Amino acid sequence: MNAKRIVVVSAGLSTPSSTRQLADRLAADAVGILRERGVEVDVQTFELRDLAHDITNHLLMGFAPPKLEEALDAVSSADGLIAVTPIFTTSYAGLFKSFIDVIDPQALTDLPVLMGATGGTPRHSLAIDYAIRPLFTYLHAIPVTTGVFAATGDWGGGDDGVRSLPDRIFRGAKEFADLVEQTDRSDFVNDPFALERPFGHLIGGLSGE
Amino acid sequence: MQFGIFTVSDITQDPTTGRTPTEHERIQATLTIAKHAEEVGLDVFALGEHHNPPFWSSSPTTTLAYIAGQTSTLQLSTATTLITTNDPVKVAEDYAMLQHVSGGRADLMLGRGNTGPVYPWFGKDIRQGLPLTLENYELLHRLWREDVVDWSGKFRTPLQGFTSTPRPLDGVPPFVWHGSIRSPEIAEQAAFYGDGFFANHIFWPASHTERMIALYRQRYEHHGHGTAAQAIVGLGGQVFMRKNSQDAVNDFRPYFDNAPVYGHGPSLEEFSQQTPLTVGSPQEVIDRTLGFRDYVGDYQRQLWLLDHAGLPLKTVLEQLDLLGGEVVPVLRKEFAKDRPADVPDAPTHASLVRAKYGDQAPRQATPNANRGDNLTVGSPYRDTASVEAAQSGSSRQAGAAFGPAATRKEVVR
Repeated sequence: MNAKRIVVVSAGLSTPSSTRQLADRLAADAVGILRERGVEVDVQTFELRDLAHDITNHLLMGFAPPKLEEALDAVSSADGLIAVTPIFTTSYAGLFKSFIDVIDPQALTDLPVLMGATGGTPRHSLAIDYAIRPLFTYLHAIPVTTGVFAATGDWGGGDDGVRSLPDRIFRGAKEFADLVEQTDRSDFVNDPFALERPFGHLIGGLSGE
Repeated sequence: MQFGIFTVSDITQDPTTGRTPTEHERIQATLTIAKHAEEVGLDVFALGEHHNPPFWSSSPTTTLAYIAGQTSTLQLSTATTLITTNDPVKVAEDYAMLQHVSGGRADLMLGRGNTGPVYPWFGKDIRQGLPLTLENYELLHRLWREDVVDWSGKFRTPLQGFTSTPRPLDGVPPFVWHGSIRSPEIAEQAAFYGDGFFANHIFWPASHTERMIALYRQRYEHHGHGTAAQAIVGLGGQVFMRKNSQDAVNDFRPYFDNAPVYGHGPSLEEFSQQTPLTVGSPQEVIDRTLGFRDYVGDYQRQLWLLDHAGLPLKTVLEQLDLLGGEVVPVLRKEFAKDRPADVPDAPTHASLVRAKYGDQAPRQATPNANRGDNLTVGSPYRDTASVEAAQSGSSRQAGAAFGPAATRKEVVR
């Protein structure tokens, strides 16, 4: 069996970045759970900061420069995506949305997604469910029910009093790992040059194709 | 191999002077550019079609017909003709007319256009872009090949007993190229009909063009029109030249940085690396262009974009002088080397007439006397009988893909 391919996308802008830190924690738990079950896992991580100029050029030009193309290919052929963004002004970071905007609209179909977000206070934690989740459902990806929001206070002792950040990370990672384990998505290469159907059907019923 | 230029007809401010030409100036400049293309020895001039400012070319056949009258050898083409929003009946009529007035120097390149609102302006739905392309072209294809057409489809009012006039020059329809950047369906459409495929090429990485052309070639062979190597391929290109490479970069950079399509995006250097744009000396343009063959194979038509982004007329004419004087003569010689004998040249009217009639005289469509029965008895043309024999093979092959004919089992390609 091929190793499962998990792609991690972090839209944090600062270095070091608590967004990247959350992304890495989510990935580490997911990988740990899968390996415990004997599932081989490859993880590839992309910092959107490194791709920011390429993403803008793609928006303007309509094609991906080589480094961005590598990221887009990785995401579209993955078995699972861990997507983490800071919350700015009530919603995902603009850079994160710009990256989502240059992904082919069919490229995420059936892709398990674990969503994470970071913010200054827990008051933004619903942004995962009102802003990020609809993006992925629109794209016919499969976002798991638990999205993990890490406020600044979560990195200290100040959890929400019910579940600590590590608990929430583990819960989301487990839901995600369950889906990744089952999918065989990465076995199917998404070829943008493939004809979906023979031309006879396209043009209205010529037989013999 | 054919070499030429294509223009999108943009009216853009010259970023170095801040001046924007008037529509009239730019139209006259384009006529001068087309005539000069012939003077410097280029083969093809292709004109875009747009229906919104800042573009002027809403009526390509009017412009091309005038250029035809001012030139004698230049092949006139389009880049592109909107097969989605134009009525295929009008396209059939207009381009048959252009064939007649130009003495067979007309062909056309079909495309879907890149301006969304053109669809609603012409009463169409952009979500139907691909089905419109397929249905409209199938009708266009028939109108040029069948004297009397009964037709019904989804997107246009039906036709009963319709004859598109004038009939194509010598009974040979204009050659059609299908242009596309990213739709494999269009490569398939070109291959299906045995038409040419033109890859815009200029805004996209070479690896992308390579795969589209490979798909077209493979399907061309699949549909039985010849070997993959014999498929008819055209490529776009974009150049800016000065004798000295660094002068070219310095002179072109302000135009690049402010260009309507890629301006304010990637740097000139990045874009030159990622697309076929070549800014440099004539020798650099020669080397880069010869390299295209490495990933698309021997091809038939190379067009360059020269006159956009606000470049003044004088500069464009200098570019043409360099292309015709220094670049194209070398390319003709070099591309001819090692070119397999069975790879055809780009089809011309003369070659298409020869392919269809051999040594026989081509058809000269002559209408029946203007009587009450001229449309109801047989054909509206008196020369039909002699032609039918010559045509029967090809018209059967071009059989309808819509309506009852579409499901007939004997339709074999």
